[in-house]
Amino acid sequence: MSDLWGGLTQAIWLLVTLDADLVEISLRSLQVTLTALLIASAFALPFAAFLVVRRFRMRRMTIAVLNALMGLPPVVVGLVVYVFLSRSGPFGVFGLLFTPSAMIIAQVIIIVPLIASIAHQSLRELWGDYHDLLISMNTTQFQRIQALLWDGRRALLTAALAGFGRAIGEVGAIMIVGGNIDHATRVLTTAIALETGKGDFALALALGFVLIALAVTVNLLIHRLSHTESEGRW
Amino acid sequence: MQMFPLEARQAIVRRKGKVLAGPIDLTLQGQGVTIVIGPNGAGKTSLLKMLHGIARLHSGSLEWACPTVEARKRQSFVFQRPVMMRRSVVENIAYPLRLIGVAKAEARQRAQEWAVQVGLGHALKQQATLLSGGEQQKLALARALIRDPAVLFLDEPCASLDGRATREIEEILIRAAANGTRLIMSTHNMGQAQRLADEVIFVLHGKIQEFAPADQFFTGPETKQGRAFLRGDIVE
Ligand SMILES: Nc1ncnc2c1ncn2[C@@H]1O[C@H](COP(=O)(O)OP(=O)(O)OP(=O)(O)O)[C@@H](O)[C@H]1O
Ligand SMILES: [Mg+2]
Repeated sequence: MSDLWGGLTQAIWLLVTLDADLVEISLRSLQVTLTALLIASAFALPFAAFLVVRRFRMRRMTIAVLNALMGLPPVVVGLVVYVFLSRSGPFGVFGLLFTPSAMIIAQVIIIVPLIASIAHQSLRELWGDYHDLLISMNTTQFQRIQALLWDGRRALLTAALAGFGRAIGEVGAIMIVGGNIDHATRVLTTAIALETGKGDFALALALGFVLIALAVTVNLLIHRLSHTESEGRW
Repeated sequence: MQMFPLEARQAIVRRKGKVLAGPIDLTLQGQGVTIVIGPNGAGKTSLLKMLHGIARLHSGSLEWACPTVEARKRQSFVFQRPVMMRRSVVENIAYPLRLIGVAKAEARQRAQEWAVQVGLGHALKQQATLLSGGEQQKLALARALIRDPAVLFLDEPCASLDGRATREIEEILIRAAANGTRLIMSTHNMGQAQRLADEVIFVLHGKIQEFAPADQFFTGPETKQGRAFLRGDIVE
């Protein structure tokens, strides 16, 4: 118990003094996850809109697969990415394993299905509203996707935030492909795992606070966004 | 380009095994105002959507005098339930122009003029989803007219407008018709039908019961259903 109290006071001290390690790890976490989020959104959002406006034969199947991929165990994603990036793997020549790039790749794979699936849900509703109008106005497929992405941007932001929440808190995959190397690939979650294992609660707790603060902020934002949306304020 | 006549031959629109409209045999010429009337659920909306080309034909054919692709570019449709895009009033009205590549500033300028014309000058920046039902209908009308369509379909465009707004909209429609826009419009307002119609389509059970010049229809409908409908009786 005294361990814990000692750790707690030290953790607060680390936070207040903006401890160099703490800041470095937090910033790297943000950098990796935000990059992954940007890349994932750039794929997932247009893809979700495309799935909504375009009727093709495998559409239902695609959506089902997408939803199934949402439940993909991150550890398995990590393993697969590892195999592909490892020296003897097909992309081994790029030397990406144990770099932030590898972690970004893993996170992108983990959150693309999540973002696409949530985005698809809300865009489908919007498309229900817009369908007749946009068809009547003789819009091209591309214009329809554009209109949905633009007018649905709040809901899409919610989807992206959900992706951020998932990625920033993920540990299994990035541990495998990043390797938790100090000053290179150590991020919030992997550092917490390591420090806890070592019994150094101070840094682990301080990192935990940062992680919790991020997660709470993101969820508050999601809440506010969906709230203003249901009130019809745009 | 010559769009008319529009010819429907045995055209049928179905949904889930139910015939919503048809079989429709109809030839529309290029002049005047066609008013579609009939009781609730008769198939007026379905007929208008069929003619506009947004309800897929189950069978039969629908042919314009020009290629359908060209015809589709020169039509607008005002829906019974106005569709508000989640944007401001001006952006809603400007949207059809933006689609055909009109520059943003010019599109907004023209949208503002139309907003003023339909009586939405006070609400330019407001979110369209927050407009009242009547205001939404006005917006939909402005948005439909802004591309200066050759054919304008209107599905009960004045259903939730007050008397004054109805008259103002009618004036806009009469002006558009005078400028050569072909109007095809459904309404439950018989006064409005008589004021605007050059010809009348009376719809019942998804079929066209009567298609006649307006004065002929309003003085003496040929069918007994038509007479009952005009009297305000129950129509079977
Ligand atoms: N998508 C649909 N699926 C199944 N039935 C439909 C669909 N749309 C319309 N209907 C049915 O088709 C019939 C004709 O509908 P329609 O909307 O054309 O009538 P309407 O003449 O416009 O009626 P109103 O005066 O109430 O607007 C109605 O009985 C309606 O319930
Ligand atoms: Mg109707």
